[in-house]
Amino acid sequence: MLSQDVTVILPEIMLAIWAMIALMAGAYGPGDKLASALTWATAGVLAVLGLISGFGVGEATAFNGGFVSDGFSRFAKVVVLFGAAIMLILSDGYMRRHDLAKFEYPVLIALATLGMMVMVSAGDLMVLYMGLELQSLALYVIAAFRRDSLRSTEAGLKYFVLGALSSGLLLYGASLVYGYSGSTKFSAIAEVAADGGSLGMLFGLAFLCAGLAFKISAAPFHMWTPDVYEGAPTPVTGFFATAPKAAAAALFARVLYDGFGGAVADWQQILAFLAVASMFLGSIAAIGQTNLKRLMAYSSIAHMGFALVGLAAGTEEGARSLLIYLAIYVSMNIGVFAFILTMERDGKPVTEISDLAGLSKARPGQALAMAALFFSLAGIPPLVGFFGKWFVFMAAVEAGLTPLAAAGAVASVIGAFYYLRVIKIMYFDEAGQGLTGSMPLVHGLALGVSALIMGVGWLPVVNLFGVPVLAEAAAASLFH
Amino acid sequence: MDSAAGIGLEHYLTVGAILFVTGIFGIFLNRKNIIIILMSIELMLLAVNINFVAFSAHLGDLAGQIFTLFVLTVAAAEAAIGLAILVCFFRNRGSIAVEDVNMMKG
Repeated sequence: MLSQDVTVILPEIMLAIWAMIALMAGAYGPGDKLASALTWATAGVLAVLGLISGFGVGEATAFNGGFVSDGFSRFAKVVVLFGAAIMLILSDGYMRRHDLAKFEYPVLIALATLGMMVMVSAGDLMVLYMGLELQSLALYVIAAFRRDSLRSTEAGLKYFVLGALSSGLLLYGASLVYGYSGSTKFSAIAEVAADGGSLGMLFGLAFLCAGLAFKISAAPFHMWTPDVYEGAPTPVTGFFATAPKAAAAALFARVLYDGFGGAVADWQQILAFLAVASMFLGSIAAIGQTNLKRLMAYSSIAHMGFALVGLAAGTEEGARSLLIYLAIYVSMNIGVFAFILTMERDGKPVTEISDLAGLSKARPGQALAMAALFFSLAGIPPLVGFFGKWFVFMAAVEAGLTPLAAAGAVASVIGAFYYLRVIKIMYFDEAGQGLTGSMPLVHGLALGVSALIMGVGWLPVVNLFGVPVLAEAAAASLFH
Repeated sequence: MDSAAGIGLEHYLTVGAILFVTGIFGIFLNRKNIIIILMSIELMLLAVNINFVAFSAHLGDLAGQIFTLFVLTVAAAEAAIGLAILVCFFRNRGSIAVEDVNMMKG
């Protein structure tokens, strides 16, 4: 049986071995001179694993049901792995220009991504916890990656304290769920939960939800997000905004659907509350921001709120809309951060929104691509971002949560204001000092392709690149 | 699993809950020192361990004790990383007072 188990988790084992090899090569080899090569090689490994996950078929469990490889986990892994690989490639130039080219960065990204792969495949509370901690511990370190900067270390410290607190809440919930259901396995928990469960189970579920809400930065557990996004080096911020968010949201879905699928009524209200709070807080608090990275932090809080609307539906349609939303969210953020990474003046990175003034005249192509991405983030039809929201709201309406969908529509109208303000600054404000330097080819490519996807994805011939069909198959594997 | 002294599952759970709440309050009410926050985090994790071991003994199921071993290991790694980040922060700021973690307002 062991060899069969190993076959199922082979991609994870390969990534773990690669992280060890990279660490040894850096520690005993030429050290930081290898940084760039290791970055590209790690991105290559992640992309290959993404392809392996993408072409996998069937459903298999390993280690007595502790680890599940099914359509759902493979869909989430493809999003996570390609998101991580692209953000890694985009970070390379920034790291070299700004004196951050250290070989530890790709190693830590590889370990964090390994944690995410384990998270989305978890079939047991223990596996969930180990995956989550492997991801979190690596992320605490890269948030503080610029060791000599006060802002970066402060970001790392805040992220660590609140992340450890959330792990504690999650664990306390796990201990109660274990005690009152008698097992740490999701399948066994689901049986007890479907029979009505007990007050202890309900408490445990609430603590689990609070811990996971911290990880996806849903309000009211979002306090760390703006500070960490602003303080961490920009490539790290870009990474935080893509892969870990998708992985944590997919983990949330797995816990609720696999572990508590028979007790939707128990968690639907919690999720609906988290969703409404995140959507409104993200949309309203972003209005006063002047820093682009901070703006993206509030944007990610709001977007996680929209994703939770799909999750709150508690149906197969809801799981499908969540997966579609995550795929669209990650592709939009890759484009936006490809641009933010190249924002600099006289060799120094700048991230103020006012630095974008006059961009439409200085760099019309990039301004157009950014405008398309921001319109898409705002959810303005017919861009692809609109369809992400469309699917989650439809899932909520079909599950009888029409007020929740209506609240989401109101929040997205409020949110459109600050995205449109950025576009207005790019197109109509008097140019200030402007940006210097040029955009490297890979960043231009990422920005252009991401904007193009948002611009043409809605055409009937393209049909969102078949993502809804794939997501439907993936969501079906959670319900059988 | 009541012993002769009458100490049962609920007693252990009460101790666990008290320690856990102490840990949470240690994080939010403490205005002095970040080291105290690290201690509070450890306290929370150990409270969870008491819960797990008590449930494990009560259910006659080993999974809870295995979970405890994992939690202990991860807690050690977490403390190491937390202290490392704290040392970096101290080098830049020259202080580890909670009120000095204020470069960015969120």
